[in-house]
Amino acid sequence: MITAELRHLEPHYDVVISGGGPAGMAAAIGARERGAEKVLLIDREAEAGGILWQCIHHGFGLHHFGEELTGPEYAQRYLKQVIDNGIDVLTDTYVYDISPVRRLKLMSGSQGIRTIDAGAVVLAMGARERTRGAIRIPGERPSGVLTAGLAQKFVNMMGLLPGRRVVILGSGDIGLIMARRLTLEGVEVLGVFEIMPYANGLNRNIVQCLHDYDIPLHLSTTVVDIRGRDRVQGVTVAPVSATLKPDMSRAWDIACDTVLLSIGLIPENELSRRIDLRLDPVTSGPVVTSRMQTSANGVFACGNVVHIHDLVDFVSEEATLAGQAAGDYAMFRHLPADNIRLIPGDNVAYCVPHTLSTDREHTVYMRVRKPMEKCTIRFGSAFKTKVKYVFPAEMVNITLMPELLEKFHGDTLRIDVVQR
Amino acid sequence: MSEAHITHYLCIGCPLGCRLEVEDNGADDVVKVRGWGCKKGRAYGEEEHTDPRRVMATSVRIRGGRWGRIPVKTSGSIPKAMVREVAYAVRAIEVEAPIKIGTVVAANILGTGVDVITTRDMERA
Repeated sequence: MITAELRHLEPHYDVVISGGGPAGMAAAIGARERGAEKVLLIDREAEAGGILWQCIHHGFGLHHFGEELTGPEYAQRYLKQVIDNGIDVLTDTYVYDISPVRRLKLMSGSQGIRTIDAGAVVLAMGARERTRGAIRIPGERPSGVLTAGLAQKFVNMMGLLPGRRVVILGSGDIGLIMARRLTLEGVEVLGVFEIMPYANGLNRNIVQCLHDYDIPLHLSTTVVDIRGRDRVQGVTVAPVSATLKPDMSRAWDIACDTVLLSIGLIPENELSRRIDLRLDPVTSGPVVTSRMQTSANGVFACGNVVHIHDLVDFVSEEATLAGQAAGDYAMFRHLPADNIRLIPGDNVAYCVPHTLSTDREHTVYMRVRKPMEKCTIRFGSAFKTKVKYVFPAEMVNITLMPELLEKFHGDTLRIDVVQR
Repeated sequence: MSEAHITHYLCIGCPLGCRLEVEDNGADDVVKVRGWGCKKGRAYGEEEHTDPRRVMATSVRIRGGRWGRIPVKTSGSIPKAMVREVAYAVRAIEVEAPIKIGTVVAANILGTGVDVITTRDMERA
């Protein structure tokens, strides 16, 4: 059994987690580890597990479980732990409001409209895909233009093919995975078009999903027109200049019936805005402490709602920490507050968490702005480490040991990634 | 005597994506793998050059389940050149809910010595 029916909803829980994907499941287990007795995991779908169910490909869990699993296997393992830990799972339910005193309003298929109070809340709503509107592709508005993740759900879970001749715009991982997936279903994938001069997805996906099937990847090239009245009939693509301006003199047409978009994810922070959490303008997710607490006391956040991860393993790691902190908070165990603020410096787009304390080991996740080889990552004068290369598509994570920060007495640490 | 030949690969063992350089003796014998970051990478470079293999994942029809498809994978890696063929062969399979994770839906698929197994439970809807 991988679903557990919740028969009775309590008016108060120690920890309530909004979102039952990989982040929410790990947070729930983390909260339980710290002695939170009544833990409630809420998900809007019919089963918890989140996007992992549709990510049927192989390659998850190498860091976390020490073996390579498919998305569903990863989800099922976690969900089993959630259920074995006596965590209440409420599916088919939305959290539609939250107040600063952690009163949550739910809309539930089985429970109706309900209000519950939480000792601590973990926000784990994940992210949604950017759509055509986000990048304003000119042209007509026929059917056949959809996000790669939606196509993934259609193909993998429902057995529906989005079309027969497909162009993929954007080189995000989901788009690369779908290029292979559709090819294996007998669909013709005509190419992946990326406006930037480098790919957005992981190297392994470029090799295994594109190279393996001779699917061309066109860098510095984008879709400038979509044609078709009822259904997509074709697109026009054009190379772009260094300033990303299309060169129409070198444009060409491609006949296709489907355009898949793999152009990034946006953290789903509607709930965070209900309580005016401080958001990071770069990540569009909440600003968090080293224990994943947001700017509201007792409200924690983890996973893609905070920043977009490329590996679920790191989501699990970060969410376990958030869940443990929420468990501690709900059980009235308070740790010293953070005393160092991290500032993204040269070639650092953002870092998570936003603050650190000097008393514990920390993992800092960050993303660079541009690719760089043979570089040094510097945390002010406190710590530096050499890395072979960094890419915007691959999250960098650095572990800082407490002894490194012991001798540091400033208030801010600036992170720079510089060429050696 | 044939000349040494160098081929470049991108390691897929982990997201680091080490750039591997495989030197052979002109035949298929690997002389040296360079650029690896771990033992796994070195082994991958050698295998990718001589006998590339992949785990193939797809989904098959299921009757009476919550969803119309259930995800499956090959229980081990298969030769890269056979991935398409195996994927097409698997498309004919149909199973019935309820079904447990790890259930064999096709044994020794196309003589590869590898089974195709389900990667999740699915109850009857």
